[in-house]
Amino acid sequence: MRDVAVIGIGMTKFGELWWRNLRELYVEAALKAIKDAGVDHLDSMYVGCMTSGLFCAQEHLASMMADYLGQKHLAAYRIESACASSGLAFRLGFIEVASGMSDIVLVGGVEKMHTGADATYCLAAAADQDYEAFHGNTFPGLYALIARAHMAKYGTTRNQMAAVAVKNHYNGSMNPNAQFQMKISIDTVLNATPVADPLGLFDCSPVTDGAAAAILCPLELAKQYTDTIIKVVGSGAATSTIAVHQRDDITFLDAVHMSGKRAYEMAGLKPEDIDFAEVHDCFTIAEICNIEALGFCEVGKGGPFSEAGNTALDGKIPINTSGGLKSKGHPVGATGVAQIVELVEQLRGTAGGRQVKNAKRGLAQNMGGSGGSSVVHILEVQ
Amino acid sequence: MIVPRHYKEIPQRYRLEGNRCKVCGKVFLPPRQICPCGSEDLEDYNLPWRGKILTFTVIRTPPTQFKYQKPYAVAVVELEGGGTIQCQVADTPLEEIEVGKDVEIVFRKIFTEGEAGIHCYGYKCRVV
Repeated sequence: MRDVAVIGIGMTKFGELWWRNLRELYVEAALKAIKDAGVDHLDSMYVGCMTSGLFCAQEHLASMMADYLGQKHLAAYRIESACASSGLAFRLGFIEVASGMSDIVLVGGVEKMHTGADATYCLAAAADQDYEAFHGNTFPGLYALIARAHMAKYGTTRNQMAAVAVKNHYNGSMNPNAQFQMKISIDTVLNATPVADPLGLFDCSPVTDGAAAAILCPLELAKQYTDTIIKVVGSGAATSTIAVHQRDDITFLDAVHMSGKRAYEMAGLKPEDIDFAEVHDCFTIAEICNIEALGFCEVGKGGPFSEAGNTALDGKIPINTSGGLKSKGHPVGATGVAQIVELVEQLRGTAGGRQVKNAKRGLAQNMGGSGGSSVVHILEVQ
Repeated sequence: MIVPRHYKEIPQRYRLEGNRCKVCGKVFLPPRQICPCGSEDLEDYNLPWRGKILTFTVIRTPPTQFKYQKPYAVAVVELEGGGTIQCQVADTPLEEIEVGKDVEIVFRKIFTEGEAGIHCYGYKCRVV
């Protein structure tokens, strides 16, 4: 297996972009990544997207995106694993380069969510349609089930969850690509419109349009393109039950744990070796469960760990320096690669006001559904 | 569009027809062809209509087809003798729903399918 490097990144502004469509979002991010890397051709492309079919009545993105990228005849693939779609696209691109099959691979992700479609209905397709969504549950509702169980089992509080949103908005206020670049207070979160008890509007990531892309190549070729070599040192993916009620422990995201374990093992690293991480904070409780499952804190202690400031920019392990899904926005199929974009910005030292000091090694964790799939990557600057 | 899909699930939705692994005893709704323990030796099993609430939420921002029901509660219910389901909590004031409370399963209309106007029925639970 060959070593693999990330040599280019690109993303669109994230937000409520009524005047932009699916294809132009993707192509903008892809062209930025191609120019950032300085490559003159592509060998293949992976497009992560959750549900362009429900949002835009458009499938067959491999053809559409290769076509509009000016890459007719390119080998291209569309990857779907709900909100983990582009994290998995990144993993497949990594595997293709590592295998020796291709040298220059573009991995991207896109979601166009503001189309007039019922976003709550579209997103529920990532749940068990016949045994969860049928009963009227929604994505905030599924994470609310996890949140209440976590509160009952470990004593996690609404304030601890709110601290996650406040921290992510603070980080996102320094990210020019973020959807919501404003700081918020604990009271804003606690007094927000209830969505699915105990979660309110500010516990939830927003509905977002956007795209992100990255270019992968063999490590040995990377120095032709860049002086800052960023190597993919670990990759892990895992699945769990699609329905949240069929988990042995509703409060523990076992797919996240397994995907993290596999990435750590591949890299020969432990959680304490990681300098900063982007984790899948689709809801505040999700960030708490994810940092527990990834080993950044003890299981059950994610709430107090977050409230004490350990996950802040200057904390023990900065989490979601980009603003996370909460503030940066969550165009579901683009989120996984957007996390990689933030890792590369931090490792290059170009993250501006949100730069983590001495950032040498970052982890990205992207999750599908209520934890039915998860993918983890660890990147290291050489 | 949903009608044929709903029809297929009627044994589960009307009668809780699931199955049980003869090796490890785990109970499933809907029935599975293979147990996570690896066994393909499963027997038909109708889940009991009593259980308790493991966790719940109150949905205040529903999908379009549930908009006339809001707010409504959705719970994870652990049934007596094993097996967990997710369903709405019916006939119970929202403030009386708590983790650990005993419930019985009841037969109710879940929603009316939009295009064809078909009533979809199934199970809910209520606090006893």
